[in-house]
Amino acid sequence: MSTTETRAEPAGTPAETPAAPAPPRRIRDVGRRLLATPRVVAGLSLLALLVAAALLGPLLSGWEVGERDYTALLEGPSAEHWAGTNRTGQDVFTQSTAGLRTSMLIGLLVALLSTAVAALVGSFAGYLGRSADRALMWIADLLLVLPGFVVLAILSRHFAGAGGWFVLAVLLSAFSWMVTSKMVRGATVSLREREYVRAARFMGVPPYRIVLRHILPHMSSLLIADATIAVSTAVIGETALSYFGLGVQAPDISLGVVIADGARFATTAWWMFLFPTALLVVLVLAVNMIGDGLRDALDPQSVSRRPRRKQR
Amino acid sequence: MGAFLARRLLNYAVLVFLATSFAYLLAAANLDPRGYFEKMQPPPTDAVVDARLDALNLNDRTPLVQRYATWLGGVAQGDFGKTIQGRDVTPQIWTKAGVTLRLVTVATVLGSAAGIAVGAYAAVRQYRRFDRISTAASFLVLSVPTVVIAIGVQVGAIALNDILGFQLLRFSGEYTAGFDGTGGELLLNRVHHALLPTFVLAVALFAAFARYQRNTMLDVLDADFVRTAMAKGLTRRKALIRHALRTALIPTATYFAFTFGVMVSGATFTEKIYGWHGMGAWLIDSISQHDVHVVAAVSCFMAVTIMAASLLSDLLYAWLDPRVRV
Repeated sequence: MSTTETRAEPAGTPAETPAAPAPPRRIRDVGRRLLATPRVVAGLSLLALLVAAALLGPLLSGWEVGERDYTALLEGPSAEHWAGTNRTGQDVFTQSTAGLRTSMLIGLLVALLSTAVAALVGSFAGYLGRSADRALMWIADLLLVLPGFVVLAILSRHFAGAGGWFVLAVLLSAFSWMVTSKMVRGATVSLREREYVRAARFMGVPPYRIVLRHILPHMSSLLIADATIAVSTAVIGETALSYFGLGVQAPDISLGVVIADGARFATTAWWMFLFPTALLVVLVLAVNMIGDGLRDALDPQSVSRRPRRKQR
Repeated sequence: MGAFLARRLLNYAVLVFLATSFAYLLAAANLDPRGYFEKMQPPPTDAVVDARLDALNLNDRTPLVQRYATWLGGVAQGDFGKTIQGRDVTPQIWTKAGVTLRLVTVATVLGSAAGIAVGAYAAVRQYRRFDRISTAASFLVLSVPTVVIAIGVQVGAIALNDILGFQLLRFSGEYTAGFDGTGGELLLNRVHHALLPTFVLAVALFAAFARYQRNTMLDVLDADFVRTAMAKGLTRRKALIRHALRTALIPTATYFAFTFGVMVSGATFTEKIYGWHGMGAWLIDSISQHDVHVVAAVSCFMAVTIMAASLLSDLLYAWLDPRVRV
């Protein structure tokens, strides 16, 4: 009854509407909790610095990406070349920051794609049950058995050419959604019989809308935290493939390519290895710190935020 | 239980078959053995290349389905075909699988045992110094790719050897080339070479397990059954190990299956960087040589190991949790 009364009143008397807007308060709460966590603040500021380096680095250094300085081959850090040069005279600082940009883009894209696939597959499998569930989970099992690394390595020649990193990112996501989808499926199975889901079902809401409007929002926090961790996993995966020359191909450049190039000189020309590796480790560390903090802030049952128990 | 196990095994066999077939088809369609022969010096004639490709069942002018059928017929009789140099793949699988399995098994046992112990102890000492240090350490290690750890350890070993003036740490190969000695000496030489690669693999696994075990242990420490165990007169140590840790190990057993796949591909980098001739290094070499049959064989090996790990984690689960043993 009360809802009809509220609706009958003219718009413009917001004081009468009973419920305070819930979602903004939650976002504000989470935001406050996040900013109170030193880890997240540190991670966010490191990430901001890295984004700035990735965007501005190649512009500030005074060298073009791929440009060669034949007067300085394999030279250590100097005023001219801030992080030294490699054996063909390319500026390590410029190459690394340009590579950082691609690595970040790949990480972001893979996280978005794989989390979206995981959410859809897991929730539909869990909600629909029966044969749909069995079929979808069987595909997930098959992809878990199929060594993704091998498939990506076989297909590596398709990553050549401009924009090849995009193909790599799509394939990386194709092999990284399975574990999350199983988690989502488990959560969906327990949500399926909740009263609000039942109510929607008995009102005749079609399954796809129930999944998208009632089930997935319920586990958004889990998905957000998981997507953050997926960024760092993707960046590490890209580095690993590129180390063997099976990842990002020229003319594209990524951190993995720069590190692979420097690894052979790790003992003789340390700057070629140390600088890109440091960027990579800081990037992964920053993302992990944010993801960890997000999980704590968004998930009320999270372990590490639990207050300290009394010693018995 | 028997029927359940049989169905599981059948499902695993089907998955391994499909994964291997898929890898073969993908490799046969995407790799370019013809280019491998055409690039030889002096360049062979077209007819010679065709004859060579036909002999190896790699000719891209034969329909893919026909090549697949020939290959599958061989596999059914335990023959994985020939490498692109014309040698048999099957006998090499056994030697290379041995190398990889030795490395991975030792590293898995060491890494997971240390990780579980440290993680569980850190949970008991939550927010104390030990917990803070171990949590920070595992967090840091998890942020460094295996490639970087492997190279970093190698660089460190070279520097240390330089300072000491002799080879304290071996960082290349499985054993000293041309080494000639009795069984015991050879074993010692092999162990000496295995130290660093095993350490590299174990460190990453250690960090993952320590982090996971700490969380699962924290979940059970507050449980009523742990309090009951202590109330009925068990010492704190006994209650924690027999009741809390055992329960907290159950989710870790499931987690084990997921990490093992990562472990096998992590071994690829370690083998390649430390000059071991195992499955991972073989895979990388075969892809650059367009060697389709080797790629399929290595995929089969990886699929089988992942399945075996999954089966093992099911068995561990049944051993730890009496409720599933019905």
